Amino acid sequence: MHDFTVLLIEVGALLLGLGLLGRLSRRIGLSPIPLYLLAGLAFGHGGLLPLSASEEFFAVGAEIGVILLLVMLGLEYSASELVGNLRSAAPAGLIDGLLNALPGAAFAFMMGWGWVSAVVLAGVTWVSSSGVIAKVLADLGRLGNRETPVILSVLVIEDLAMALYLPLVTAVLAGTSLMGGSIALGVAVFTVVLVLVVAIKYGGAISAMFSPKDPEALLLGVLGLTVLVAGIAASLKVSAAVGAFLVGIALSGQVAHNATELLSPLRDLFAAVFFVFFGLATNPADMPPVLLPALALAVVTMATKVLTGYLAAKRVGIAEPGRWRAGLGLMPRGEFSIVIAGLAVGATGIAPQLAPLATAYVLITVVTGPLLARVPDTPWFKAWLRRRAAAQRCEPLPATD
Amino acid sequence: MRVRVEQTALPGIGVRHDLLTTSGRRVGVVTHRNGRRDLVLYDEDDPDASVADIPLTDDEADALADILGASLMLGQLSGLRQQAAGLLTEQISIPAGSPYVGRKLGDTKARTRTSASIVAVLREREVIASPDPTFRFEAGDVVVVVGTRTGLDGVSAILAGNDPDA
Repeated sequence: MHDFTVLLIEVGALLLGLGLLGRLSRRIGLSPIPLYLLAGLAFGHGGLLPLSASEEFFAVGAEIGVILLLVMLGLEYSASELVGNLRSAAPAGLIDGLLNALPGAAFAFMMGWGWVSAVVLAGVTWVSSSGVIAKVLADLGRLGNRETPVILSVLVIEDLAMALYLPLVTAVLAGTSLMGGSIALGVAVFTVVLVLVVAIKYGGAISAMFSPKDPEALLLGVLGLTVLVAGIAASLKVSAAVGAFLVGIALSGQVAHNATELLSPLRDLFAAVFFVFFGLATNPADMPPVLLPALALAVVTMATKVLTGYLAAKRVGIAEPGRWRAGLGLMPRGEFSIVIAGLAVGATGIAPQLAPLATAYVLITVVTGPLLARVPDTPWFKAWLRRRAAAQRCEPLPATD
Repeated sequence: MRVRVEQTALPGIGVRHDLLTTSGRRVGVVTHRNGRRDLVLYDEDDPDASVADIPLTDDEADALADILGASLMLGQLSGLRQQAAGLLTEQISIPAGSPYVGRKLGDTKARTRTSASIVAVLREREVIASPDPTFRFEAGDVVVVVGTRTGLDGVSAILAGNDPDA
């Protein structure tokens, strides 16, 4: 009974604190993710004020948070949107994967962490934060910009790639042999493709199970189905997150729209719990040694993201300024990187420094990314672009007189 | 005459429609999933960038569509002249020598004298819908008038300076 009282006090105080932090972050125009992570660091093992009774609660809440993050992501897209986008955006997605996953993997090898850590870190550096980037685009009034679809389609491809990558990581982390790993991957790819096909063909039928008009039944039904499928997916070693993502994809139309509205507050709650939990699991004392490596990794992979966006925008005929906007807009990493690192925490074959490194890395990119996204709007950057354009115009034409 | 409207999907957000005007400016509308609409105006120097992104509520979008749509209807109205029996539409230009150049629409007292209404004025490709009595004419304006044959002839005479009553 006493434990229960402590739990209430701890959870209540922490949520209240997060609420205040969220308000603060909005006021200074920042994503709340870094503040939640910092809060987690402060209250975790070795932090300022370790929480004891509520650890289990946060562990379960974090699990639900990941599931909700992913199902909401799936709800944002229809299956046909994902697949329709695939063909046109695949080259950009490929550039994105190569330029951003490889530096992460290479970094892990350089640190001598072994290939399991390399696979995980590749994912951490690869995926941009859809949530943060969509927010920044809206805040900067760039939703109408002509390079914005380029940015969004890179994000869509990443999300789709995650549906294949997460099961792979889950299999790798389960410590299965190469043979077992490839079977698990085969099962995962098969499941994902099957669900996509079912979602495209019978998405309407699945959605018809729910009535968009009855909010209570819809909330319980969609949440139930999501958690159920996530659980089944996890027991098949396909990763609970992917199961949830696929449920989101399969739902469409009015059901998806209404479910998004109903689940959003829940997602906000449990996603915050998830970020805190990730911070809780990291000992702040582990942070300082990885700070410099994380900074180096952030600088390199933020540069490769800029290159990704630049090339992707160039490919569809966007002019120079738009290419820079696309590149500088893609830099923040966030929820997905933490989800990936979160899967790896405590697994065998994972360097213990990986989690603190991922935390520091996400903190750096999610804070500086949105700030750097504003650079293309500054007068000095525009002037620099003009000088560059002028120089390029003059170069190929030597004076003729 | 047909305007080419480009439609672009914004995955996860909604749809963008945009068009290039004859004057070389790009204008668009971003429709969000939740029904919100943003009016978007593009930069002249950097056609990929929007300089203004104006969120509109349902009512505001409706009102704006009404205003824009009304002037379009006036343009189409002149095509209807044969269809409405007895009621005609005519475009009458204001010659440089008209006594009403620089004067107010109300001064013509056209409606009371001829029972024909001035429903719009075309000025340099722009349509000024439902001009009010304080509207000042300029040389070269084209006035869209709706009325009976005699009414239209009356307005024509007034604007040309051949006042039937004067």
